[in-house]
Amino acid sequence: MMYSEKVMEHFQNPRNVGVMKDADGVGQVGNPVCGDMMTFYIKVKNNRIDDVKFQTFGCGAAIAVSSMVSEMAMGKTIEEAMKITNKSVAEELDGLPKNKLHCSNLGADALHKAIENYMERQKAAEKKKQPDKSVEAEKCYCPYCEDPIEGVEEYCQRCQIELEDCPECGKPANKNAAECPHCGATKVRI
Amino acid sequence: MRKVYLDHIASTPIHREAVEAMLPHLKVNYGNPQSLHSMGQEALKAVEEAREKTACLISAQPEEVIFTSSGSEANNFAIKGLASALQSRGKHIIHSAIEHQSILHSAKTLEKAGFTLTAVPVDGKGLVDPESVREAITSETILVSVMLANGEVGTLEPVAEIASICKEKNIVFHTDAVDAVGNIPVDVKKLGVDALSLAANQFYGPSGAAALYLRKGTRIMPFIDGGIQERGRRAGMENVAGIVGLGRAAEIAEEKLEERVKKMSDLRDRLIRGLPEKIDHVRLTGHPEKRLPHHASFCIEFVEGEAMLLNLDMQGIAAASGSACTSRALKASHVLLAMGLDHALAQGSVVFSLVEDNTEEDIQYLLDVFPPIIDRLRQMSPLYTQYLEENKK
Repeated sequence: MMYSEKVMEHFQNPRNVGVMKDADGVGQVGNPVCGDMMTFYIKVKNNRIDDVKFQTFGCGAAIAVSSMVSEMAMGKTIEEAMKITNKSVAEELDGLPKNKLHCSNLGADALHKAIENYMERQKAAEKKKQPDKSVEAEKCYCPYCEDPIEGVEEYCQRCQIELEDCPECGKPANKNAAECPHCGATKVRI
Repeated sequence: MRKVYLDHIASTPIHREAVEAMLPHLKVNYGNPQSLHSMGQEALKAVEEAREKTACLISAQPEEVIFTSSGSEANNFAIKGLASALQSRGKHIIHSAIEHQSILHSAKTLEKAGFTLTAVPVDGKGLVDPESVREAITSETILVSVMLANGEVGTLEPVAEIASICKEKNIVFHTDAVDAVGNIPVDVKKLGVDALSLAANQFYGPSGAAALYLRKGTRIMPFIDGGIQERGRRAGMENVAGIVGLGRAAEIAEEKLEERVKKMSDLRDRLIRGLPEKIDHVRLTGHPEKRLPHHASFCIEFVEGEAMLLNLDMQGIAAASGSACTSRALKASHVLLAMGLDHALAQGSVVFSLVEDNTEEDIQYLLDVFPPIIDRLRQMSPLYTQYLEENKK
């Protein structure tokens, strides 16, 4: 099996799956072009995350990551939850295959977005404005200039670097570079 | 737990008789077919018998069969070897948009060496229009390659028609028939092709044994330089056991072809009818009629392929998917995208490809086990929630 026992356990029995109608913060990342999409909902009481729910469209790693993030965030203060990193999520899951590490990025990002959304709503409430419920879908990003890539282009529109997927880790990398900026693999041409 | 293997397109189980034919060549007959002594001559005899049997399966002459190590090698050999031999006449190559990676990447390599490529499109059912091949032909075109059957969506391409267009224009035509040979009748004369790739592990033979058919008189650049094996076109000591296994599998395929086609297509149709009755928002991918007899492929909306495969595996079912997450490149299947499917739908790709040991009970088991898996994944899917909310309004 390509996944650790812990990943498979979370994949089979994901914790905190669902939609929260009265959430205090909502965060959504990814899109089907990248392969994964996650939505996190949080309920906050006295600056602590009182409840977490998530929904995920994606692979085994994406589902396990969401489940783990939801478990890690539960009961934590806002500040503590913001400190949950991609790395700590992957570690808690006893590691992820190299080409699935981006899933752990998504999990932590989705949680952080939900927290940011909560804080924006707090600010807006102070200003007696309507809470902003809009969530922005994320894109894939160029690893060189960090401009979003729409997913269909062969090269980044902004920096004009021609991209191709690294055969080792699968992330977009400069077609003409000898090494992948993500995993450092020497790109072997078939 | 019940074990149901539905991943023919990845590799078939090896037929018992093919294994038996191979065993002596792994155990005691270790001679090199190029050796003069009797051990060598025995090995040579075994290789040549296998060549005859392989040729017979596709109605070719034995000397038109070149053994290779895989279907991918046969495809590399065909594209690179034919293009190199023909380049004095022109440098334009045509292939379909849904070819196997071994064709597409070989063509890309040639592109870097100065060749130009045209990928002809397919329609929503994965069919190439022979007329679009005709339109793509220029005075520079030297080689056309269109597959006989697509492994991801099962569609059978109009290869005979395309071959006749190429013949008319005096252009060499290759077909990747790896997914077809041994599973449907394939006759190189009737198809009118110049070159054709096949692989044993698609018809109950061993992996590591495959072949390129090359019509007599067709020039090709040798693929591996070295000794005189395979008439000097593919050097290196023969994989004798593998080749013998390929030969025996070809012989069995010829005997059992009709029976296999009948049995496979009955089970396939059961699955193609049954699945949409049990799960909503399911689409058959590929052509409903012009498809491989052992092939049923679908896109299941709002769920992702790898999550489906892992769940199926936990229930003992082996299947495949063309979703981005299941490919190392993390890109959705180029075949599904070429057919005009959007990314989200392509992510929900699942391919069930039958093997001859499958039974009606296997199909029923899949039909019982699969719907709850989809239901569970959809409950977890933000795309499904979005869909439900939009339809409430």
